[in-house]
Amino acid sequence: MEARPFSDITYRQFLNEEKLMGSKCRKCGALFLPPRPICIKCHGTQMEWAEMKGKGKLVAFTCIAVGPPSMIEEGYDRKHPYVSGVVELEEGTAIDARIEEVDGNNPESIEIGMPLAVKFLHRGEGENLRTYLGFRPS
Amino acid sequence: MQRKRKLGRGVAVVGAGMSQFGMFKDKNSKDLFAEAFNEMLSSVDKGVDPEDIEALYLGNFTNDFFIHQAHWGPIISDLIGHTPKPATRTEGACASSALALREGVFAIASGFYDMVLVGGVEEMSKLPVEKVTEGLALATVPYEMEAGFTFPGVFGAIATAYFERYGATREHLMNVTIKSHNNAPLNPKAQFKVSIRDIMNSRIKRAKDKGEAVPAWRDEKEFLRDPVVNPVVAWPMHLYDCCPISDGASCMLLVAEEIAENFTDDPLHVIGIGQGSGRGLHAADDITYFEATRYAAKEAYELSGLKPEDIQIAEVHDCFSMAEIIHPEDLGFFKPGEGYKAVEEGLTALDGSKPINTSGGLKCKGHPVGATGIAQLYEIWRQLRGEAGERQVPIKDLRVGAAHNLGGTGGTCTFTILERR
Ligand SMILES: [Zn+2]
Repeated sequence: MEARPFSDITYRQFLNEEKLMGSKCRKCGALFLPPRPICIKCHGTQMEWAEMKGKGKLVAFTCIAVGPPSMIEEGYDRKHPYVSGVVELEEGTAIDARIEEVDGNNPESIEIGMPLAVKFLHRGEGENLRTYLGFRPS
Repeated sequence: MQRKRKLGRGVAVVGAGMSQFGMFKDKNSKDLFAEAFNEMLSSVDKGVDPEDIEALYLGNFTNDFFIHQAHWGPIISDLIGHTPKPATRTEGACASSALALREGVFAIASGFYDMVLVGGVEEMSKLPVEKVTEGLALATVPYEMEAGFTFPGVFGAIATAYFERYGATREHLMNVTIKSHNNAPLNPKAQFKVSIRDIMNSRIKRAKDKGEAVPAWRDEKEFLRDPVVNPVVAWPMHLYDCCPISDGASCMLLVAEEIAENFTDDPLHVIGIGQGSGRGLHAADDITYFEATRYAAKEAYELSGLKPEDIQIAEVHDCFSMAEIIHPEDLGFFKPGEGYKAVEEGLTALDGSKPINTSGGLKCKGHPVGATGIAQLYEIWRQLRGEAGERQVPIKDLRVGAAHNLGGTGGTCTFTILERR
């Protein structure tokens, strides 16, 4: 694991393995999710892996009725909006994610600050397997 | 390493032009640029010989995607008879032409050129809506796309966080939409030249004429609350919170300040330019503002020696109603969390103390993305010179105006200040 590069590609491989992995600067301790190869706080280049517990809270969201082709393929449309949001993790870093198991037709029922837990969304199979990061109410 | 920045020499605007904005089946990028260019030539008070233009900087986001043709610098250069002189394309998503202007300013300020043409063009309406959405989403950051975010979605998420923090509601977004639609009918080049009230009344009339059930809207807000006419796009962004898909072009003629009097007795001076870059939504320290806008504004204020209160009118990048609430805060016009109150109190209306988006904004004027930055400055040009016709702001001694342009999800932000002396 230590030998993997701190890249978007590795980040996605870890998602496939149901791991939410960030990078931590060895010089200043700053934490980044998705992982970064260069620290944007101190410009350090020595990183180590840090696994997130996958718990956090909702800081912003939107219920999307008009989505891109990939979401339409998943069955979402004007009558069935999906929810995307920004989640702040217990570790202090934030990440964009799909928000699952909430009612996109009823935005008033979705609350900023609500506690969330990670949910890995596997789509496709074999070489086409792609895992998207999701969260659900906890 | 910090030192005070300055331009090597002054730069003036002596001409400006803009095509009609809209969705045109029968006009392409070249036709639209020709329209803007011809107006620019005729706007130069003492005339100009296009032979004297030394270089072209042209903003274009992604005609590559929209009409499958890239490399727009030489195409436009050829169109206007500028070859073999240099033509450079700039790309900063929806801020592409503001970058063209900035490069043009630097090229003159450095002493290298005396006269350059800066402009922008985009042709978006030839594709179906879903494809245009996909094209625009090329300018988000990858993590946003993977999480399903669209552009309206990003501003929707910003809105939920802003509402939570400052107590604003969807009703406040409606104030922005109503204001934009009030200004646009006064702008002959706007894509939607109609107020919300007129849209509402014409629908009521149509229902009556057809003998259908007559909608019960009593005012603009009741109309905007009706999900039949104003459906959700990305909560809380609804149809009328979003700018349209547009085709259009814009350009400006820049010259060294010392030769400006050869072209006009009434030039505008580029006294402030600023540009910032930003990270994606998740990596922002706070998602109720754009760090890149604040940086660009700081740069432009420092260069000009002005403060936010010195800016008398502004065009800001209202790709969505929410955007027109937070940008004025980032530019220092209003305190964080007070932008929505300013709109509600009418401060940003045409006759307010700080008129914003007198052109109708991106929302109603239209948003051909690569042309927008200079089209915003075109509005400032007309207003400062007292040539804005029916939408001329009633400010006495109008001297200073500015434009804020934003690309992607705040990835590229610019702020440009013009002064009439
Ligand atoms: Zn560091």
